[in-house]
Amino acid sequence: MRTLKPKHQRLVLVVVALIALLAAGLLAAYALRSQASYFYLPEQLLADPPEIGQPVRLGGMVEEGSLATDSDGVTMRFMVTGRENSRIPVRFSGIAPDLFVEGSGVVAEGRLASNGVFVADNLLAKHDENYVPRELQDMEQHQAAEMAEETTVGLE
Amino acid sequence: MIAELGLAALWLAAALAALQTVAGFLSVRAGQGAEIAALIRPASMMQGLLVAFSFAMLLWLFAITDLSVKLVAANSHVDKPLIYKLSGTWGNHEGSMLLWVTVMAAAGALIAAVEHRLPERTMYATLGAQGLVALGFYGFLLLSSNPFERLPVPALQGMGLNPLLQDIGLALHPPTLYFGYVGLSVAFSFAVGALLTRSVTPDFARAMRPWVLGAWVFLTLGITAGSYWAYYELGWGGWWFWDPVENASLMPWLAATALLHSASVLASRDALRTWTIMLGVVAFSMSMIGTFLVRSGILTSVHAFAVDPERGTFILVLLTLYIGGALLLFALRANTISEGKRFSVTSREGALVFNNVMLSAILAIVLLGTLYPLLTEAFNVRVSVGPPYFNPVGAIFFMPMLLVMGVGPLLRWREDRPDRIRSELALFAALIIAAIVLLSLLVEIALLPLLGLAMGLGLAVASFMPLRSRQLGRIPAATWGMVLAHFGITVALIGMASESAFSEEELVALSAGESATVGPWTVTLEAVEPVAGPNWTAIQGRLSARYGDSEPVVLAPQARSFWAPPQQTTESALSTRWNGQLYAVIGDPAGEGRFQLRLWWKPFVTLIWYGGVVIALGGVLALIGHVLNDLRRRHRERRLDEQRSEEEALGILSGEERL
Repeated sequence: MRTLKPKHQRLVLVVVALIALLAAGLLAAYALRSQASYFYLPEQLLADPPEIGQPVRLGGMVEEGSLATDSDGVTMRFMVTGRENSRIPVRFSGIAPDLFVEGSGVVAEGRLASNGVFVADNLLAKHDENYVPRELQDMEQHQAAEMAEETTVGLE
Repeated sequence: MIAELGLAALWLAAALAALQTVAGFLSVRAGQGAEIAALIRPASMMQGLLVAFSFAMLLWLFAITDLSVKLVAANSHVDKPLIYKLSGTWGNHEGSMLLWVTVMAAAGALIAAVEHRLPERTMYATLGAQGLVALGFYGFLLLSSNPFERLPVPALQGMGLNPLLQDIGLALHPPTLYFGYVGLSVAFSFAVGALLTRSVTPDFARAMRPWVLGAWVFLTLGITAGSYWAYYELGWGGWWFWDPVENASLMPWLAATALLHSASVLASRDALRTWTIMLGVVAFSMSMIGTFLVRSGILTSVHAFAVDPERGTFILVLLTLYIGGALLLFALRANTISEGKRFSVTSREGALVFNNVMLSAILAIVLLGTLYPLLTEAFNVRVSVGPPYFNPVGAIFFMPMLLVMGVGPLLRWREDRPDRIRSELALFAALIIAAIVLLSLLVEIALLPLLGLAMGLGLAVASFMPLRSRQLGRIPAATWGMVLAHFGITVALIGMASESAFSEEELVALSAGESATVGPWTVTLEAVEPVAGPNWTAIQGRLSARYGDSEPVVLAPQARSFWAPPQQTTESALSTRWNGQLYAVIGDPAGEGRFQLRLWWKPFVTLIWYGGVVIALGGVLALIGHVLNDLRRRHRERRLDEQRSEEEALGILSGEERL
């Protein structure tokens, strides 16, 4: 590079920087496609399940009366329900978030095990009035829509 | 009355910003000696004072809990301890935006007051740009998020502050972060000023460098404090979650780090002119993008207060105008900046260019990962991007950068032969390879932490190699700063790698008297008892934790229930030793009188934050070094000038005598 004129050196620098950034971009695009964890509703998880062991998020309502704790005191099992009577069994070991109760919305981060149980590493529940996980904002609307559907059945 | 005073001061400041902008750009056109130019600096300083006054008024309103002000009523509570009343000032959207413009105006006032090294015309353009950016954010504050709005009927008690934010962390983390975040606006304005007046010179880089360093130090401390706060307050045992808001603070840091290094090439060697300007624009653009991501409510996070599409649109428009405008100016002017000096690939400049390119690549990766969920949402696909993406992809660029960081400072400027530093290179490589071999033989460890630890150990030695065969007393402060900052990176790296390689976790349900072990610790649950604080009640576990055979320490993790607003938080309890931290969280009752306990033993985790502090300390040393250097240089120049004028005077005298 010693023989290059300053102008050419700048050109080389720009090209090198562009190549590196392009490489970063391509790598990012590739990795994002494979590493991003997709969000599933229970009915979607049943209709088109993700690969076993792939990290995904599952969002739905915690079914009333389904919450049970194993004898070790730290493993919880419950059902997450969605539309069309879809139900997914979920297992979670850990300390549940404070506002995690039956009948409320939840987003579970984890993966589907081969026996059809969703193994959650982490649960996200409503934090407070101001902070609702994005996925749960719609959940309440969709729940409301479902309620409306049920109550209007047969009225027409 | 106080609220009205604050609001009036804010409007006045906005008017002064407009004046500063107009006067600034008119003076640039008119050139030296324009009369209107005399207004610029006073306008900028006055503006800083007015906004500071306005901010003080808001602090006062929060201190006395004036519930006729909407913001106070919505975010404070009469029963809250005073410190959280005060820090609650910026624990909400409007207050934190006021802090934002306060820092912006203060930075502008400071450069107006003390920066006299640049040509006056460049300063006019710089202050004009600073005023223009500030004006947009005053507009945002006054038109869409007025912090001083009154309620028609005063509230009785106030809604209270999110309990997660009722912590000393809130008093420290946001202001420090903002000083860094918004302090980078100075780099932006300098870059615009230099482009407008076509004065991209080593002098310009020397003038800009201390400002960038100052902002960078605050940013480093702010990120470090935020990370530690999230670590102990959230009770999840993690110290970095790749949350969009964390990324929003990391991106300006990456850009500012690159800018620091390229500015030092420009200052010392007059190379990388356009690149430095570009980074100056990018760094603050990242701050603005971060503000947009956090403040628009477009992303969910505990940090996102405002879920108001109008505000989001407002910031987006500002963002487009400023970033777009600066980039356009850059595109128009870039080819008029003459090229700097040449250098060969194996030289200090070459290494710094490599570092810059890698930092930019990491920046691109973080930015893409942060924006990707927004992109897919447009196609109705919801994804979240987390550590499985950021860690490996970032590491691909981070690792080579670290290697070059180890050897780059050993190279000479302009041109060097690698075989001159043969022995240092060999030592560095030998350390890393030995560490890799030993670690992979002795312990079971994943690839990334293994590489991290090995490089950390090699770099711990390599970062001090620039000091070899030099007289320690005569090394300039700036060099000590660099060595220390690089060493800080190493310390933090070892902490991160060690935390991810050796952490042990135990999740158990215990009744009183039972014990659990995690790593070298034996933890016994002595009792669970109710406790009460000023605005909460809690169940508190009393744990006695014994490290090996040593004396037991008492830990008291709590699950707190606040009543304003009604919310529960987990308060973790930590026991710190020189070689790591025990982290304990108490959960729900688990039946049969048992309580859930989650315990972590995290070897050397504290190095992460010590590293951050050491990096910042290095920055402070470099800052002191550069400023001292500059003062000395100016002193010398003044002496030379005096001598010359004395000589001239003598010459005239002797000439007169001759007459």
